[in-house]
Amino acid sequence: MSTLSLASPTRGTTRLWANLALVVIGVIFLLPLAWVLFAAFDGAAGYQVAWPTEPTLDNFAAVLTPELTLLPLLNSLLLSAGAASVTVIAAILAAYPLSRYRSRFNAPLLYSILFASCLPITAIMVPVYSLFVQLRLINQPWAVALFLAASSLPMALWMTKNFMDSVPISLEEAAWVDGASAMTALARVVVPLMRPALSVVFVFVFLQAWGNFFVPFVLLYSPEWQPAAVSIYSFFGQYGTVAYGRLAAYSLVYSVPVLALYLLVTRGLGGTFALTGAVKG
Amino acid sequence: MTTGAHDTGTPHIGGPDIGAIGPARTAQRTGARVGDRMTAGRALPLVPAIGLLLIFLAGPIVWAFAGSLTDRALSGPRAANPQFIGFDNFARLFADPVLPLSIGVTVAFVVGSAIIGQNILGLALAVLFRSGSRAVAGTVGVVVVTAWVLPEIVAAFVSYAFLSADGTLNHLLGAVGIAGPNWLYAFPVVAIILANTWRGTAFSMMIYRAALDDVPLEVVESSMLDGAGGWQRLRLITLPMIRPTIFTNLMLTTLQTLSVFTLIWVMTRGGPGNQSSTLPVLAYTEAFQFGDIGYGNAIAVVMLALGAVFSIAYVLSLRAQGSQGGRA
Repeated sequence: MSTLSLASPTRGTTRLWANLALVVIGVIFLLPLAWVLFAAFDGAAGYQVAWPTEPTLDNFAAVLTPELTLLPLLNSLLLSAGAASVTVIAAILAAYPLSRYRSRFNAPLLYSILFASCLPITAIMVPVYSLFVQLRLINQPWAVALFLAASSLPMALWMTKNFMDSVPISLEEAAWVDGASAMTALARVVVPLMRPALSVVFVFVFLQAWGNFFVPFVLLYSPEWQPAAVSIYSFFGQYGTVAYGRLAAYSLVYSVPVLALYLLVTRGLGGTFALTGAVKG
Repeated sequence: MTTGAHDTGTPHIGGPDIGAIGPARTAQRTGARVGDRMTAGRALPLVPAIGLLLIFLAGPIVWAFAGSLTDRALSGPRAANPQFIGFDNFARLFADPVLPLSIGVTVAFVVGSAIIGQNILGLALAVLFRSGSRAVAGTVGVVVVTAWVLPEIVAAFVSYAFLSADGTLNHLLGAVGIAGPNWLYAFPVVAIILANTWRGTAFSMMIYRAALDDVPLEVVESSMLDGAGGWQRLRLITLPMIRPTIFTNLMLTTLQTLSVFTLIWVMTRGGPGNQSSTLPVLAYTEAFQFGDIGYGNAIAVVMLALGAVFSIAYVLSLRAQGSQGGRA
């Protein structure tokens, strides 16, 4: 790219040293990851990275049972999709007035929301537990989904509002002339235009909820409601020091949807970033 | 390597888009016209979002303050009928030797893994990406980002395996004749710092890569004509130009690291003793292992106060950047 125009006599040696440093750092970062990949296919895995001498799928067969992985994964899916849906809908509704109407409360509100998005959520888990006990919400999956939605909402609202700012207002004005209300214009004109951006927000919230261990660990105690994050932790506690291969296999099964969604967003939905680029340019 | 698409976009996911806030405000300002005033009716769609935030975020924060003034327990009579005890929990907390220990561990963890580990390594990677070849940079970028994208609990298992007594690190050390210790017991703080650096560096790397891409090429070229070497260019030209990004990123990584729980809980459970109990782990242990909810709430209040300081610094730094307007 543009850096090519910086060509100079020392460029070759610089590049060599940079590549060498990058390879060293890359290998150090790769080693811990290699363990989970190799151990999952190794019938006699330990805690060190070792190429599986006799590759096998036994570890996967052992963990892919309804009570151990399938039901927890379904719970994870329901919790994450529920939280992401609530967050996206609430964020769209709230972003619209913030993006389209002027008020001296907008800036303070947006900065309070940004402030809230930075507060450590782990700090409030003890009071959240007390609150959930008081309101009789403890062990209620829908309430946990709402909490996950609320904890991602500040960031989602920021993203949605910034994306919405880049949708030209002239398109809605045409709809207003035709007598459409603001909400109709939002639903018929703005939301369809923002579909790629909104899927980015949805995936972002979904991934946060899917990977969250602490919240369901504190708020859900019935095994039948527990998501994969908690179920895999119980597995680690019970068998983690003996069944290394199975732990790795479970970790892989639980991580694959995350990696796939991340790839989908960064590669497949590239159009969204053109949208943000338009605002910045 | 087909990593081209990876170069764009990634900084936007999982973290706030630092650059978008200022320009978005300008876009809003230019788009606003007379008749665009907010009215009560027009503000109605804000209700679900504000309701969720009030109940589930503001509620627990208020609850933390209120709960910290009671002797509420996890079970037993004091669970149903907690008594108001004023600031006794705080008096106990500030007299408890575990508090300075825990604050010390938290500071070591934040400074070691966020400020030194993630920021310096992330900046180094971003700088190296500009000098290294595209294929190498792309591949290493994917590896570093994978560690960050993995669910936190999986990253914790992976770190546990890597650093355990018969883990990969000790096997590598053994190959060169060093008998490695059991890192998780002998050096628990070092272990969690290494793990969090490994897991979190990608965030800083992506932020710094985007910031370096924004440094105008002419500035770099003219400094080369003046005979500045690579290190001088970085120290005198590039770093001062991305200083606002460095500050906001330091605040963000500090906040993220302050709230790390899962990684530490899986690797050491805060132990042995309380040797690796950061404040979130300590609050959990006091509230749910020792059953003292009131005391856990008091620790939560301390954490919230700490988090608020860094959040305010972060928001103010963004405002300052936003009001500077465009760089041109």
